[in-house]
Amino acid sequence: MTRPAPALAPAATSGPSVTDRLGYSAYFLVALLLAIIFLMPIVWSFANSFKPAAEALANPVALFSKAFSLENYRRLENVGAGWYVYAANSVAIALGTVLLTILISVPAGYGFSKFRFPGQSLIFMVVMATMMIPFQSILTPLFLVLKILGLQNSLFGLVLVYTTFQLPFSIFMMRNAFDAVPGALIEAARIDGASQWTLVRRIMLPLALPGAATVAMFAFLNAWNEFLAALIFLSDQTKFTLPIMLVNVSSGIYGIIDWGALQAGITLTMVPCILLFLLLQRYYVRGLTAGAVK
Amino acid sequence: MAEHCETAQSGAGPAETGREPHGWLGLAFIAPSMVFVTGLFVIPLAMTLWMSLYDWPLLGRQTFICLDNYVELFGDGQLWQSLGFTLLYTALVTAAILTVAFPLALLVDRPLRSAGIFRTVYFMPVVIGFGAASTLWMWLLNPDSGVFSRVLLGLGLVDVAPRPLESFWPALAVIILAVVWKTAGFTMVILLTGLQSIPQDVVEAAKIDGAGIFGRFRRITLPLMRNALLLALVLNVTSSMLAFDQFFIITQGGPENSTISAVFSIYLASFSSYRLGYGSTLSFALLVVLVAISSMQLSFLRDRPEEGR
Repeated sequence: MTRPAPALAPAATSGPSVTDRLGYSAYFLVALLLAIIFLMPIVWSFANSFKPAAEALANPVALFSKAFSLENYRRLENVGAGWYVYAANSVAIALGTVLLTILISVPAGYGFSKFRFPGQSLIFMVVMATMMIPFQSILTPLFLVLKILGLQNSLFGLVLVYTTFQLPFSIFMMRNAFDAVPGALIEAARIDGASQWTLVRRIMLPLALPGAATVAMFAFLNAWNEFLAALIFLSDQTKFTLPIMLVNVSSGIYGIIDWGALQAGITLTMVPCILLFLLLQRYYVRGLTAGAVK
Repeated sequence: MAEHCETAQSGAGPAETGREPHGWLGLAFIAPSMVFVTGLFVIPLAMTLWMSLYDWPLLGRQTFICLDNYVELFGDGQLWQSLGFTLLYTALVTAAILTVAFPLALLVDRPLRSAGIFRTVYFMPVVIGFGAASTLWMWLLNPDSGVFSRVLLGLGLVDVAPRPLESFWPALAVIILAVVWKTAGFTMVILLTGLQSIPQDVVEAAKIDGAGIFGRFRRITLPLMRNALLLALVLNVTSSMLAFDQFFIITQGGPENSTISAVFSIYLASFSSYRLGYGSTLSFALLVVLVAISSMQLSFLRDRPEEGR
């Protein structure tokens, strides 16, 4: 249905023919229409977050409003502990997850790639099994483990959970990154008298850096966006993350939902992800294709 | 991390150049990850089975009740309904996502600058979280203040603002619409990797042999994309079986508990009724279903006769 008219180019033509140009226009129009469909929900929410309440209610479809207003964001300060508390929690959890994931998966990837020891493939399989059995299916005991550790209702506890379930993908990525470092290069450096530590610092880490960037980006986005575990493991008003705040706003007070505040919250939650994606797109796609060619 | 011994044990043969000479040091590098995986994955996994044999309230004493939870599970009508609903949702949403994502992948599989930009745009909803996306769609779908009812009324397509969340099939349809919007870009990229791995000379040769566009698609594109398609299938099925956010936020399980997904019912048992033992039983049942589905799909992935790798 949405398939573009194929360019029925004859085998040998010089320069773009009429059918070529027609095909290109058809492709471009269809693609543009789809792009608008995909973008509009985001744009609508963004636009409405800056409208005064009356105007948003009168015409939610309009993209531009006469009066630019930050009142929705101001009202979000009175939601629970205030949006900045939740934003700070989200930032802390996301950065904590990034840091811990990197600290654990980079050495682990190095260990799996460059060393051979008994039981290695079995251990690797167990780590990868974490990918097959997602955390949603072991939520109840996980809750109990955190409770026993005294880490229930704690941001650090949530970071530990997120890190664990980020590990299989991250270790897989880092092992591949270290696998790509040619053995000859390492041998040459060793012959030149480089110590083990120099080897790691000067050759391994720089070459593994793009892989680490991919790992960091996935860890950040997944921790920032995760909802179910945050809903279950955090019970304290002041410890909620942005997605939990959104749901609290969306369930309303006395049955009345403050849509303006909700849109402000949605904008605050999604804009960092979109910016990060646009800036580091290349690393994101690398991560996806790494999974696809596996 | 810096602890390294210079005594070169010959752990690896000379053939394995580039490997570190002392293999046991590797264990030190992977030890931290083992601690995490053991503590927060392997142990909870074992505990799931153990807890499922108990009556385990959040507060108070747990009592061993053997298989009573499993007996209850078999008679739990709401649970079977939610499992059936999850399977229905998985089948429909996976089909919908593939139907949208495949043409998208074909559309943007061009060596053009504009195609790259369109790819980015279609992918954008993927990076915003399911929580934010669900609240966003909750607003879009709201009959009084949302955009959709306004647009439909404005175009004269409907006379009264539609309330899709008040009956089952419309609710399911709009959830599927939201999920397709949110995740089609992801599947598009997976399929795109498959499309781009098709050698161009094969396509050219088929063109010269006079194969039409549909013949080429059926005989060359589809078979050569088998792995990418199966991967897209596995990933979509698994994530749909675990769906929670959209049903918790947009439909809130309604109307009349008809859109409670499997993970939602675990959530209700463990963290709403605080019956941790029964929640674990449900978790274990879901685990069995998931592993069965994954291994079925993996066995499909494994035998690929046309590739002599």
